[in-house]
Amino acid sequence: MMKQFGYNSLKSRTIDYKNINTTLISYIIKNEPSFSSCISCGSCTATCSAANLTFFNIRRLNIQIRLGEFENIRQEIDKCMLCGKCLLVCPRGINTRNVIMLIKKGLVTFNLVE
Amino acid sequence: MNDLFIIAPFTIGLIILLGILIGKYVVWTIQLSQIDKLRILHGFFTVRTFRAIREIFWESLLHRNIWKTNPLLGYMHMSFALGWLLLIIVGHIEAYVQASSLSVPPWIPIFFRYFEHEHFYGARFFAHTMDVLLLYILSGVVLAYGKRINSKLFGIKRTTKLKPKDRISLIALWSIFPLRLFAESATAVLHGNGGFLTSGIVFRYLQVTPNIEYTLWVLYSCSLAIFFITLPFTRYMHIPTEVFYIFLKEYGIKLKKQFNSYSKIQVYSCSRCGICIDACQMHHAQISNNQSVYILKNIRDENLTDRKLYNCLLCGRCEDACPVNINLNDLRISQRIKSSKEYNSSYDFLEYSITEKADVVYFAGCMTHLTPGIKKSILTVLDTAGVNYLFLDKDKGACCGRPLMQAGQIEAAKKLIAYNRQQILESGAHTLLVSCPICYKVFRDDYELGQINIRHHSEYFLELLHNQKITIRNTQKSIVYHDPCELGRGCKVYEQPRELLQSIGTLKKVKHEKVESLCCSGSLGDLSLSMVERNKIKEQTLEVLLKPNPDILATSCPLCKKTFVKGVDIQVKDIAELVAENIQSN
Repeated sequence: MMKQFGYNSLKSRTIDYKNINTTLISYIIKNEPSFSSCISCGSCTATCSAANLTFFNIRRLNIQIRLGEFENIRQEIDKCMLCGKCLLVCPRGINTRNVIMLIKKGLVTFNLVE
Repeated sequence: MNDLFIIAPFTIGLIILLGILIGKYVVWTIQLSQIDKLRILHGFFTVRTFRAIREIFWESLLHRNIWKTNPLLGYMHMSFALGWLLLIIVGHIEAYVQASSLSVPPWIPIFFRYFEHEHFYGARFFAHTMDVLLLYILSGVVLAYGKRINSKLFGIKRTTKLKPKDRISLIALWSIFPLRLFAESATAVLHGNGGFLTSGIVFRYLQVTPNIEYTLWVLYSCSLAIFFITLPFTRYMHIPTEVFYIFLKEYGIKLKKQFNSYSKIQVYSCSRCGICIDACQMHHAQISNNQSVYILKNIRDENLTDRKLYNCLLCGRCEDACPVNINLNDLRISQRIKSSKEYNSSYDFLEYSITEKADVVYFAGCMTHLTPGIKKSILTVLDTAGVNYLFLDKDKGACCGRPLMQAGQIEAAKKLIAYNRQQILESGAHTLLVSCPICYKVFRDDYELGQINIRHHSEYFLELLHNQKITIRNTQKSIVYHDPCELGRGCKVYEQPRELLQSIGTLKKVKHEKVESLCCSGSLGDLSLSMVERNKIKEQTLEVLLKPNPDILATSCPLCKKTFVKGVDIQVKDIAELVAENIQSN
């Protein structure tokens, strides 16, 4: 009704913790347990070569994956060049490159996008 | 008694073996690329064939490379290969001499003593010679038994595990020669035609009947047959395949990025001697399932898991130690390409920009950007020497593509390569300066930059020093140099960094140097290794490097520096930093 008068209805931003799609996060943590120790400090994003060229943001990806939001994730993850700087700065010693590879693989394996 | 039961198993086994081998080699050769087939054709009537035969003599028969690593193991392999071949050759000559003709049924030389009891000219000589050869092989068999029981006796810390089919083949191989000894001894008792070994020792106190003799010969024939038939399906396939591989290698066929039939030939050439297991540093982190020998086995059995495949530093120590010269690193990468081909990236955010003109292009790479000290030092040296340079990835630079290559993401890597390549070529520079061995390796191997000289900073600074563009002050400090894997084994640059360091201080030797150097454990080649495991490997490497108590631990790779710096009290410096600190302005 309101749309006819030029209004848009916003998509719901509610996070339903009971119905989160945990396929990808469980797959990653199973194969790379160190990922569960991430404290979201953002060191990886600060040093990232891809983030220097684009808006690529591993920390944001991390949060999205944990919430099971896979929109745009495929395009985003493709920006990583696997250079490994994040690996060296991570204070928790997380094997970030393996996480990236697992995300890439998981998206294809579980058919999560497109 | 019926001779058929002696002749038939051996003959059938041999026919099956030859049939399978010829079939496999023909298929593999057909599957080679057109250019590789032409290489074989063009190389066949040249000196390359002789070179291949010479290498086969040294490696497949004498096993020179195994001797170099482990003499006892070398002796064992040589006794089987050389001893058996000589036994066959001398056996044939013996049969020809006895028959005074070259037309002898093919099984006669194999079961000679059983069929020929009559004395002929030279019979004694042949009997003794054949016994010497048999004794020689038996000494190898005894060593093989010993190695299975306790591999530590051989100085091998770890050895390969066997599958049931391998076990059958192994038992067949182990019983061939003892059975031959027993069979010939039994015949010698009955007919008196044995040499010094076969004529007495075994059956001195035992009654021999023709039945026992017959049974022993049948068993001997059966063990040969079992070995022949199981050979193509077990690790013993390496015996004929290695010979085939040496020919192809000599004709100039190189391993491709994609797994093809030549890769398969390399996989089947692995004898599973286990030398690569000892070369691998992973055992410091208690990892013992991912070494090259196991990977090749998994490729054969088609049950390779990602966990194993990606758990390798790609340091190249196994490749250097491999007595068969298999390209173990590239084989592993080709499997990674296969495993990850469904998810490559396009990097369409990369925008082509106009590059300035310069004489020298400096590409720092991601790792140098992470170690600003090295970057600053390089720029200091370049400024002091007055080089007209362009800092290509100063603000916005893409990765060189090597980490993607190592991860098997070849299509993605090609995108980055094309992007960087165009910028480098556009600058019109004659030299590309790189301060990271990881980048250096991919620039040399995959960029196809034509006339442009690609220099690692250790090479370039040495050139500047020789051309008196810079002068360096000698600090008299003691230095230990760590060879980065990608620069050393990867690009064979060993001497330039050492020469440069000698002008800065006193270079001390360490136990594992140059081609044998250890990995720092920071390698990007590994995608599975945890930090805890990496640290365990690093500690072992540092123990070797710090043995001579140096003042400075020098390296020429930002990643090695970054890895070491967290674990030691002494100074860890890149060669660029040492040069920049001690440079004197003219």
